[in-house]
Amino acid sequence: MISQPTNGANGKPTNVVIAGLGGQGVLKASDILADVAFSAGLDVKKSELHGMSQRGGSVSSDVRFGERVFSPMVPEGEADYLLVIAQDQVPVNTWVLAQGGVLIEPSQIDESALPNKRSINVALLGVLSCHLQFSVEAWIAALRGNLPEKLHEANLQAFSMGRAIEQMK
Amino acid sequence: MAAYDCGVTLGTGYPGTPSTEILETYAALGGRAQWSPNEKVALEVAIGVAFAGARALVTMKHVGLNVAADPLFTVATTRLDGALVVVSADDPGMASSQNEQDNRRYAPAAGVPMLEPSDSQEAYEFMVRAIEISERWQVPVLLRLTTRVCHSKTVVQRGTVTVPPPRPAHFEHDLPSRVMIPAYARPAHPRLRKKLAEMAAWNEDSGPNQLIPGSAKLGIITSGVSFHHVREVAPEASVLKLGMTYPLPAELMRSFAESVERCIIIEEGDPYLVEGARAACIAVEGKPESFRFGELNSARVRRILEGDSTPEPKRVPGKMPAFCPGCPHRSVYTALKNLDCIVPGDIGCYSLGALPPFETMDTMICMGASIGVGLGLRYTLPPEAAKRVVSVIGDSTFVHSGITGLIEMLYNPPDSGHVVVILDNGTTAMTGLQEHPGTGRTLTHTKTGKVVFEQLARTLGIQNVAVIDPTAEPVKFQKTIQDFLDKPELSVVISRHNCLLANRSIREYERNNDQPTD
Repeated sequence: MISQPTNGANGKPTNVVIAGLGGQGVLKASDILADVAFSAGLDVKKSELHGMSQRGGSVSSDVRFGERVFSPMVPEGEADYLLVIAQDQVPVNTWVLAQGGVLIEPSQIDESALPNKRSINVALLGVLSCHLQFSVEAWIAALRGNLPEKLHEANLQAFSMGRAIEQMK
Repeated sequence: MAAYDCGVTLGTGYPGTPSTEILETYAALGGRAQWSPNEKVALEVAIGVAFAGARALVTMKHVGLNVAADPLFTVATTRLDGALVVVSADDPGMASSQNEQDNRRYAPAAGVPMLEPSDSQEAYEFMVRAIEISERWQVPVLLRLTTRVCHSKTVVQRGTVTVPPPRPAHFEHDLPSRVMIPAYARPAHPRLRKKLAEMAAWNEDSGPNQLIPGSAKLGIITSGVSFHHVREVAPEASVLKLGMTYPLPAELMRSFAESVERCIIIEEGDPYLVEGARAACIAVEGKPESFRFGELNSARVRRILEGDSTPEPKRVPGKMPAFCPGCPHRSVYTALKNLDCIVPGDIGCYSLGALPPFETMDTMICMGASIGVGLGLRYTLPPEAAKRVVSVIGDSTFVHSGITGLIEMLYNPPDSGHVVVILDNGTTAMTGLQEHPGTGRTLTHTKTGKVVFEQLARTLGIQNVAVIDPTAEPVKFQKTIQDFLDKPELSVVISRHNCLLANRSIREYERNNDQPTD
């Protein structure tokens, strides 16, 4: 009688969880992703817990998009993608990942090659972008829309770097 | 956004997760919004706006409504001329709060109608409906939100519902409706009950409730964000989603419950709807007690529906928040730990003084409690222990509810004296760096009147008042506390050093405010 968990296929929503520590740009990254999905004409919901987050505690943000999204929270064990910005937050968050789900973590990026280390969140979005069906133009527009102008250059570079790393795999 | 589109005249409130962003957004859109010293004052100001025929919005977190409960209960019995919408943002699961109270209980207790939106679109629409209801019945309306409605973003279409523009502000003398002396208050109470009966009848037929037809086997009554979990987990079920949850549409619930084989209520927090249904003799199933705690999500809703009572998986705990490197509070707790103090504390970033490595803050109850609790300890403990008690309170918290505590200290001084430390970091740090009356800047950071803590303490007649930067002079700070603890006198130490997260912005606001305006 009761339906089973959805898994991102068959018109079911795609579930992304972005996690890290306060101050790392978790919410900024999830805002950018939500904007990209919204601009593609999809229903988007995102939700998060914060409040203590400015004090360096764990933060995570759920983004779900698809033709129709109900709950704003990604059910446990059903994230199609888990993007973690702080390496030590990986074990804390893996419970949310679906079997066969994709983990994107900072060890994939050579931080020292980034024009600005704080752009690691955007570099990881670059990795994620290779898995999703959104145009590069949409990503760039969302990056520009969500970041102050003086940070555009560094973040666009970080985004391209993330894409390049993933495409070389 | 809805408040702006509805021509709300003034938004007031006190910051608190998860309500803080509402007024900030409203102000950014061009609305007039201001922080009040606390929620009670915020509501009183808004009552004045609504008595002047205009539309008012007041925002606070769930515990804020405890502070504002006094005006709420009585204004409910008066006659408003404009609109008054009180937003209560609850925090089930306590992501950032000291308790898990379910503020839906306030609606029946105070006799105010309540709306519960389930997502951003409904938050927009229900704000408009709340203004409509408030003006039609001339009563305040409670708009009850929860964390996952506040801290979520879902697609919003603007202008889907509208109300006529507000009337120009005016004042009509109407003493019997607004002066709640017993003679006028007695007829006011039955008048409120009559309005509530009318609203209940209206809610049955025209309320913002939604019926989703489905299987005759399973019917679910729900409200708020739980609705979306329900739709995800049980798309085949019949669903009655209640948008107005006080007064409850009992007949609508009854006919729905009778139309299905199994009727279950899915709600976050207390069994508020379950009790309401059962009081009306409607046979419904509720959730097991363990689901009263924490937030619901689709997995938990699935467990409730399936009657799955196996233990829920435990999550790996995340990293606890900690003081920022270089935070001025660190030096304060280092000193208090060195002096082996007993520390009744308060609510803010400095509550982290209860966690490792300091573990120095001993109590935390509610905004402002540090001073009263400290005095109680001083009156009661043997002299050797009493003289080690130090109350610790933040700047914004002090303005919110600490001033009356200071007056209590002056009026009923303990034999051993007392020491209060005001942690003045120049901002309301924990909720995201909001201004308050002690910063001398408004919600939008322009210059205004400023409460100067040392002047206030001296004016009250506190014997010892010192202002010290604990980061620059940690030794002097500790020595001063030690000296004051040794005296059977009343002392206030103001620990002044800007929050590191706010410092850059504070300097910028000050620069802007110092520039000539022409």
